[in-house]
Amino acid sequence: MSKSAVEVPPRCGFSFDLCRRNAMLSEKGVQAPSYRKTGTTIVGLVFQDGVILGADTRATEGPIVCDKNCEKIHYMAPNIYCCGAGTAADTEAVTDMVSSQLQLHRHHTGRESRVITALTLLKKHLFNYQGHVQAALVLGGVDITGPHLHTIYPHGSTDTLPFATMGSGSLAAMAIFETKYKEGLTSDEGIKLVTEAICSGIFNDLGSGSNVDVCVITKGHKEYLRNHLLPNPRTYVSPKDYSLSKKTEVLLTKITPLKEKVQVIERGDAMEE
Amino acid sequence: MNMDLKKDLDAPHSMGTTIIGVTYNGGVVLGADSRTSTGVYVANRASDKITQLTDNVYVCRSGSAADSQIVSDYVRYFLHQHTIQQGQPATVKVAANLVRLLSYNNKDILQTGMIVGGWDKYEGGKIYGIPLGGTIIEQPFSIGGSGSSYLYGFFDQAWKEGMTKDEAELFDILLQQLVVKAVSLAIARDGASGGVVRTVIINSEGVTRNFYPGDKLPLWHEELEPQNSLLDILNASSPEPMNIQ
Repeated sequence: MSKSAVEVPPRCGFSFDLCRRNAMLSEKGVQAPSYRKTGTTIVGLVFQDGVILGADTRATEGPIVCDKNCEKIHYMAPNIYCCGAGTAADTEAVTDMVSSQLQLHRHHTGRESRVITALTLLKKHLFNYQGHVQAALVLGGVDITGPHLHTIYPHGSTDTLPFATMGSGSLAAMAIFETKYKEGLTSDEGIKLVTEAICSGIFNDLGSGSNVDVCVITKGHKEYLRNHLLPNPRTYVSPKDYSLSKKTEVLLTKITPLKEKVQVIERGDAMEE
Repeated sequence: MNMDLKKDLDAPHSMGTTIIGVTYNGGVVLGADSRTSTGVYVANRASDKITQLTDNVYVCRSGSAADSQIVSDYVRYFLHQHTIQQGQPATVKVAANLVRLLSYNNKDILQTGMIVGGWDKYEGGKIYGIPLGGTIIEQPFSIGGSGSSYLYGFFDQAWKEGMTKDEAELFDILLQQLVVKAVSLAIARDGASGGVVRTVIINSEGVTRNFYPGDKLPLWHEELEPQNSLLDILNASSPEPMNIQ
């Protein structure tokens, strides 16, 4: 009763076996389940006081829009934000992971996080997974060395640019930037240009749509303008509200709040050792 | 048509590229274009493909952008440690061999060709070519990338061995012009190369970086002069914008 003759030690590192299985299955004609992607237009630009990031808010599952108002500008550090395009789960997970690593690093060093730290952490992770983690990111922030803007591709390569676009709508947005970008923009001009670039993606790319989110980061201050512009309002809203059909009788209405309001006592007793 | 574009945008970031490294009596001149493409889209039209490894050694990168960035990051880290251990600047040969070891030992995963060039006090200016697969070859000049195919003949006739010391001072300027001419010739014929030309001169005195924007490059056969964009004409506050002066 002998098992396999040679015991092969477990291989270290990421196992790509399932990726091979998936490729084999798709060759046989098995359709992979469609997963949620952020089709997307994401942009960033450097202006005179810092960086401005912008994103649309449509998330798609194949041909269906599954979320009309999702958030694509992710928090990394108080002075660093990151826009994500590609598979929604991948962008969320990788930005969350690096955000925690940055927080631990801040505790260890006692200093504000630098954009280049976030960049190195992200690029090392994405390179290790050889492009299978499909996250294309625009990372921007202002640290002690100044404003920085980087793009990170799923295979782990990075570029440092004064203005950048990513996602399926990147060509439409880049056309706007290449025409109108110049150095030394003011905050208002920058926000206007970013909004225009995202709108170009929203209206000309099928994978992008709904609203415009903007985030302005300057030295020591950030402004997250969620839904800065809503160019796609619902065109028809029924004047009558939803109501139950006459046959259903309401017998009892009882509302139970799930969170109880808690009284916070200022200057209570200090904790004793 | 839509699907093709999508597939292209998901393609790995690659640097089509033209990279060049030449030696002269006193140092080296490295040159490169600045185009990084994802399929048919130009992802970065002003990238810097000449990366610093130490104060006196630089590397020109071509092939997959991710692979070449990671390799140069690792080599920079190893060289930093090596410099501390040795107590003196690393030689170009050591830098080139570190690149070669990473390229050779990971040849099934990596897809990047590099040219390592620099100056050290023992050997002077040296150029090492490290193409796909991880061969290391010391050469008086080296060319790489997709645009280099168009430059083999050009260098066969234009290359001259190192000049004497008297000519060396001016020679780095002449050599730089040769490198710029070569890169611009490759840009004219290779679709995957374009943008600006960047050069780095490394000698005993230090490192000098230069930049040649696209409109300053010489024009070749059938290339047109740069014309005023219609946008500039329309933006000019003239009552008759269509009158091209």
